[in-house]
Amino acid sequence: MNRIENAFKNKPIFMPYFPLGYPDLETSVDVIEALATPALAGGARENGADLIEVGLSFSDPLADGPVIQQATQIALEKGITVKKSLEAVKELRTRGVTIPLILMGYYNPMLAYGLEKFIRDAREADADGFIIPDLPMEEAEEFTSVAGDLPLIQMLAPTSPDERMEAIARNAKGFIYLVSVTGVTGERREISNDLGALIARVRAHTSAPVCVGFGIGTPEQAKQVGQLADGVIVGSACVKTIGGSEKPVEAAKEFARSFAAALGKSY
Amino acid sequence: MTTTLLPHKFGPYGGQFVPETLMPALIELEREFVSARNDPAFNAEFDKLMASFVGRPTPLTYAKRLSEKLGGSQIYLKREDLAHTGAHKINNALGQALLVKRMGKKRIVAETGAGQHGVASATAAALLGLECVVYMGSVDIARQEPNVFRMRLLGAEVRPVESGTKTLKDAINEAIRDWVTNVRDTHYLLGSALGPHPYPTIVREFQSVIGREAREQMLMDAGRLPDTVIACVGGGSNAIGVFSGFVNDEHVELIGVEAGGSGIPSGKHAARFGDPEKARVGVIHGTRTYVLQDEDGQIAETHSVSAGLDYAAIGPEHAMLRDNERAFYTSATDVEALNAFQMLCHTEGIIPALESSHAVAEVIKKAPTMRKDQVILVNLSGRGDKDLNTVIKELGTNM
Ligand SMILES: Cc1ncc(COP(=O)(O)O)c(C=O)c1O
Repeated sequence: MNRIENAFKNKPIFMPYFPLGYPDLETSVDVIEALATPALAGGARENGADLIEVGLSFSDPLADGPVIQQATQIALEKGITVKKSLEAVKELRTRGVTIPLILMGYYNPMLAYGLEKFIRDAREADADGFIIPDLPMEEAEEFTSVAGDLPLIQMLAPTSPDERMEAIARNAKGFIYLVSVTGVTGERREISNDLGALIARVRAHTSAPVCVGFGIGTPEQAKQVGQLADGVIVGSACVKTIGGSEKPVEAAKEFARSFAAALGKSY
Repeated sequence: MTTTLLPHKFGPYGGQFVPETLMPALIELEREFVSARNDPAFNAEFDKLMASFVGRPTPLTYAKRLSEKLGGSQIYLKREDLAHTGAHKINNALGQALLVKRMGKKRIVAETGAGQHGVASATAAALLGLECVVYMGSVDIARQEPNVFRMRLLGAEVRPVESGTKTLKDAINEAIRDWVTNVRDTHYLLGSALGPHPYPTIVREFQSVIGREAREQMLMDAGRLPDTVIACVGGGSNAIGVFSGFVNDEHVELIGVEAGGSGIPSGKHAARFGDPEKARVGVIHGTRTYVLQDEDGQIAETHSVSAGLDYAAIGPEHAMLRDNERAFYTSATDVEALNAFQMLCHTEGIIPALESSHAVAEVIKKAPTMRKDQVILVNLSGRGDKDLNTVIKELGTNM
């Protein structure tokens, strides 16, 4: 069984996003390791993230709100590259991170790296798939034909009409990334009342797990969404809390614990 | 796989590289555009506004003294500087604003570099009773201040953009972010032949009025077609507009002029076709085209004395025209553009936009190499009032 399927054995799953290279490369690797396995002082393991979206930075992240814009801008100023990001994923594996790691980034840096080479190196780094917000179904074939069995996670939005949902969900691999709000990434004060109906619309077209992202900022909101969806994606809040902390690694452990607990995952 | 009503690619270029949230809006926009173009009432309304509000057709001016001074070919100017609001941008802004009315949306967002497209959008919004927000990089706000006041006077809200390089590319990012958030009631009124399908096609169609008029006027006034058509290329809308009138006349040479900034070797420029070391085919703002970028695929900072040409990517149709060798592209530096600016002021009594001055700079190089019985048509895309602060700063007391 592949890692993604395995992760969904215990639903709803917790999926934080964190960009490599922020606030610097070393810290970001430590943070992602801590999110995955927030080991207790005594050495016992506690549940953390079930899957992590590992962010690749781009100069013009047009689907992102201010928090992720600033973090990825800093990562670029500190010298992050696609190559260093892929090496960092490899490093996370050697440190014993076994949960799925999905590379999330915009298309142009992947094209510049060379698609064949990018996918070969991602595979070698033992990444589990890709999320590319500026690559809709219409343009995906160039990428998926090279990616083979590594999934390109398909995104759906509240504006997607039923026939698009049907067409997109039909080919879904791994899981569906459901964007919960019309807008860019970032926290929102409350979860939309329509979310249940939106998830139901998606489920009518697919048996793939449905994960909800954009706008989820607190463990309470995660719990609310977790009652409806198979997974909860937390980006801006994760970046802001951890990036704003004096002790990012400690903050990451605490962040992962609080969200995992809210989703009923601690034991 | 859904299919588009119109071709969504220009050879290998173009396409629709946008978040899923926006795809339905692009599909709706294409559908509305196709139905509008087949609707005589829509076309009549557009034509009427072009005549009664914009002042079209804009004149064709024979540049007698400039032609004599350069001593080669005869030079004709297509006077988009005389269109209402002072540049060609109004053709597209009004066309899209009419589509907005048809779609029943109430709000438009636009990006602007030189401020001309922002002014055109604000004008169209005022005329048709739409709410208008214009995103503009803070660097551009500083160098195109008169246009910021004009937009505000016209009732638009100008939102300064402080992210990234604080110029046109970042203004486009912010406009797209606003659009993603408010897509249900908001139209993104994109100002150049750029972005995801159907924008490059829509913008070309609304700007093709330039080429249609110019072709007819050349035949009337000069009794013949030009040998060469020259236009500046930022995103590429004025160029594609004038080129479209002549693209089927195979013997007419088409030349686009990019911003050479401080010179190609300096690396400080916006010459997407002019610098093979920095520009490669990539994807930015929803389209695949030539993009100035670094090795890692990060979009490069650009430089030009003219805000309207200061952008890292070029419209996808130009990339195809260049591959097919149907059009040729060159560049003019800041210094060459400023010289051309002054020469046109002195010889013809016309103060051109700094963007358009890049096209004139190519005329200055090209005309002397041609015979007296040959003809150049240059698209004078806008007037220079907005640029006076920049020109005074650049030329100082040498003016
Ligand atoms: C007068 C003028 N000419 C040209 C341009 C460049 O745009 P495009 O290449 O789309 O014509 C601008 C853009 O702001 C402009 O204001």
